[in-house]
Amino acid sequence: MKVQRHEMPVQNPLARIRNFFEVALGYSAETAIEEAQRCLQCANPPCVKGCPVGIDIPAFVDLIRKADFEGSLAKIKETNTLPAICGRVCPQEEQCEIVCVMAKKYKPVAIGRLERFVADWERDRGLVSTPELAPPSAHKVAVVGSGPAGLACAAELARFGHKVTIFEALHKPGGVLVYGIPEFRLPKAIVTFEIQNLARMGVELRGNFVIGRTATVHELLNGYDYDAVFLGTGAGLPYFLGIPGENYIGVLSANEFLTRVNLMKAYDFPRSDTPVRTGRRVAVVGSGNVAMDCLRTAKRLGAEEVICVYRRTRNESPARREELEHAEEEAIDFRWLSAPLAIFGNEEGFVTGMRIQRMELGEPDASGRRRPVPIPGSEYEIAIDTAVIAIGQGPNPLATKSTPGLELNRHGNIVVDERTLMTSIPGVFAGGDIVTGAATVILAMGAGKQAALGIHDWLARLARGEVIKPQLA
Amino acid sequence: MFKVVSKEEIAPKFHRFVVEAPEVARKHRPGQFVMVLPSDDGERIPLTIAASDPGSGTVTLVVQEVGKTTMAMGLMTAGQEFFSVVGPLGTPTHIERFGTVVCVGGGAGIAPMLPIAGGLKNAGNTVLSILGGRTQELVILREEMAAVSDEIIHTTDDGSFGRKGLVTHALADLIAQRGNPDLVVAIGPAIMMKAVAEMTRKLAIPTLASLNSIMVDGTGMCGACRVEVDGKTKFVCVDGPEFDAHKVDFDLLIKRLRMYIPEEQVARERFMGAHECRATAGIARG
Repeated sequence: MKVQRHEMPVQNPLARIRNFFEVALGYSAETAIEEAQRCLQCANPPCVKGCPVGIDIPAFVDLIRKADFEGSLAKIKETNTLPAICGRVCPQEEQCEIVCVMAKKYKPVAIGRLERFVADWERDRGLVSTPELAPPSAHKVAVVGSGPAGLACAAELARFGHKVTIFEALHKPGGVLVYGIPEFRLPKAIVTFEIQNLARMGVELRGNFVIGRTATVHELLNGYDYDAVFLGTGAGLPYFLGIPGENYIGVLSANEFLTRVNLMKAYDFPRSDTPVRTGRRVAVVGSGNVAMDCLRTAKRLGAEEVICVYRRTRNESPARREELEHAEEEAIDFRWLSAPLAIFGNEEGFVTGMRIQRMELGEPDASGRRRPVPIPGSEYEIAIDTAVIAIGQGPNPLATKSTPGLELNRHGNIVVDERTLMTSIPGVFAGGDIVTGAATVILAMGAGKQAALGIHDWLARLARGEVIKPQLA
Repeated sequence: MFKVVSKEEIAPKFHRFVVEAPEVARKHRPGQFVMVLPSDDGERIPLTIAASDPGSGTVTLVVQEVGKTTMAMGLMTAGQEFFSVVGPLGTPTHIERFGTVVCVGGGAGIAPMLPIAGGLKNAGNTVLSILGGRTQELVILREEMAAVSDEIIHTTDDGSFGRKGLVTHALADLIAQRGNPDLVVAIGPAIMMKAVAEMTRKLAIPTLASLNSIMVDGTGMCGACRVEVDGKTKFVCVDGPEFDAHKVDFDLLIKRLRMYIPEEQVARERFMGAHECRATAGIARG
C-alpha cells in the first residue's frame, strides 16, 4: 500500500488568474484507484460518521479500488444525489477526512477527491444514474429554495415517492451553487447536470417564483394544495459594515459582486449583458470562503492589486485552508489585523480609498477566537476603486416575514424541532442556512435530508388523520 | 417562459407589452414591479407593473428604449417570450382615503403611476394628475390616466402640448390655487422627484416618491439598489420602491444611477452596430 496521499493536479497560478476555468483538475482513473487503495476498509468506519449525509465511504472507495466506477457512484447516490458538487466544495478536512484512521499517522484518504472523480467519470461519459424510487404516494410537497438544502430535501422526498415541486426565486436553480460559488471552483455545467438528475427523478423545478411575493407559505398549503412545505431559503441578506462611506459607487456586497459575475456572467461582458465594475485596486473586507471567492474573482477580472482586509490573523480566518492557499498563490495582498474604519469617495460619488485601523489580538471572545483590539494611532489609508464587503449574510426575511405564526430567533433564523426540523407551523419544515445562519453546503444538505425524514413522517400522520394542515387565516 | 400577448408602440421609443404571467397578475398590488430577463443570456431589469388582469393572467409593462436591453425588447413582437418575469416585487403602495392626492408623473414614470392613481381613486380620493414630458407625444397614457383622475394637467418642456414648462411649475400653481393637497405622489426621473420633494417639504405636504435605482435580483439579496432614507441604508427592492420623499437622499440616488454609464454605452453601441442594417432600413422606409 502506498502511504503518500495523491495530490490533485491544479492549473498553474499564473495561467489560472487569467481565466475562469476550474482550478483543480481532478484525479485520473489510475490515480483514483491508487488513492482508493490507501483506504483501510475499517470495520467501524469513523469517516461515515464524519459525513453530514452519512455516505457509505468504505464501500464506494472499495468499488473504485476494483475499478467499478459506475457501482461506486451508485453506492454514493444511495445517500447523496450531488456528488460532483460535494466532492468539490465540502470541507472534507473538517468532516469525513479529519476522522480517517489514516490521518493519525499519515494523511487521510482523499475521500472528497475520490467522490468527485466517480461523479465526473459518469458525467464525462454521458451516463446517468438515478436512485431507485418508491412507488408514488398521494402527497405533494413544496420545497422553497433550490440551494443545497432544498435540492437534498427534494431528492430524498422523491425517493420516498412523493411529488415534489421546488420553488426558486431566481431564474436558474442552485442557490449559492450558481450565484455564489465561482465557476473556477464549481463549474456551472456540473451544477446543471446534477440538478437535471433531480428532474429525472420526477422533481418539478419552478423558477421565477418568490415565496413571500408570488405566493405565501400559507397559500402553498391551501390554494396550491401542498401537503407540506420545506423552507430552504438560505442566508441571502448581505451584511454591511455600518462605517461611513459605504454607499459610495464601487462599494458592493459580496452577494452583488458574485451574483453579477457568476449568475449573470458579467466576466463575459459585453457578450453577456450584465456589467460589473472592478477597477485596478480592489479591497475585499472579510476572510471567509466568500471573501476568498471575491478576491480570486477580482483577480480574474483583471484587477492589478487585490487586497484582503481582515481584522484578525491568518490563523483565525474561517476560510478553508485550500482556498486560502490558492488565494495566496494567486498573489492576493493579505492585510491581516486590519479593520476598515471608513470609505472615501470623490465628488462624483465613486469610491477612492479606505482608512484602515491596525489591530492586535487580545483575550478570546465568545466564539473562542482571540478578540481583535485596535492599536491607537496605527491608522493608515489605501487607495482603491472597488470595495467588496464579505463579512457574512443573514437570513433573507421575504419568506419569513410573510408567514404569520412562524417562530424566529433574535437573528431572524427559523426555530425548528431538532429532530424533525418542523417549524412552529404544523406541516412547515425548515433547514440549512435559514435555520443555522451561514454555514456550509454539506451541512445544508444534511439538514435537507433530515427534514425529508420529518416530512415523510408528517405525511404518514396526515394520511392517518392524526394531524391536519393549518388553514389560511 | 412568459409569452408576449401584444406589443404596441404608444409613443416614440415607448412600447406597451401585455405579458402572460398569471401568478404575478393575481398577486399584483399598485406600486409593485417585476424583474424581467428578456432572453437567457440577457440582464435582469426592473419594470413597474402598469396594469394587471388576473382574469386573463396578464400584466402590462411599459418599456422606454434607453439602452441595449430595452432596445432589444423594442424589436420583439407579439408571440415571442420573455425568459423570465419575476414578481410581483416590492412593498405595495399604502392606499387609504387621504382626501385630495396629486399624482405627478414624468416621462416613463407615468406608467408606474397608473395603477397607483387607480388605487387611490378607488379608495375614494380626489385624484389630481400632473403629467409631463419633453414633447406632446412623450406624455404617455393620457387616456388611461384621465380615466382614473378627477382632473388632469399636462405639461411639456417645449410647450407643444398642455402648459409649457416642468411638472413642478404646474404643481406650484395648483397648490397656489387650491391650497395644500393631503398627499403628493411623484414618479419620474430622480431629478424631477427631487424637485417635487424640495417644493412640498417647504409646505409640509406629505410626499411619496417611487425610486428607480439599479437592481440585480430584486429580492433583497445583494443591496445594489440601496439608498439612504432618513440617514439609514434601505433596499429599494424590498423596503420600497416608495419612500417618504422628504427623507430620501436624492443626490446619492442620482450619483449611484450613473455607476455603469460607460458599460451601458459599450453595450448600446455594440447592439446598434449589430442592428445597423435594420435601423437604416427603418429610416429609409420612414
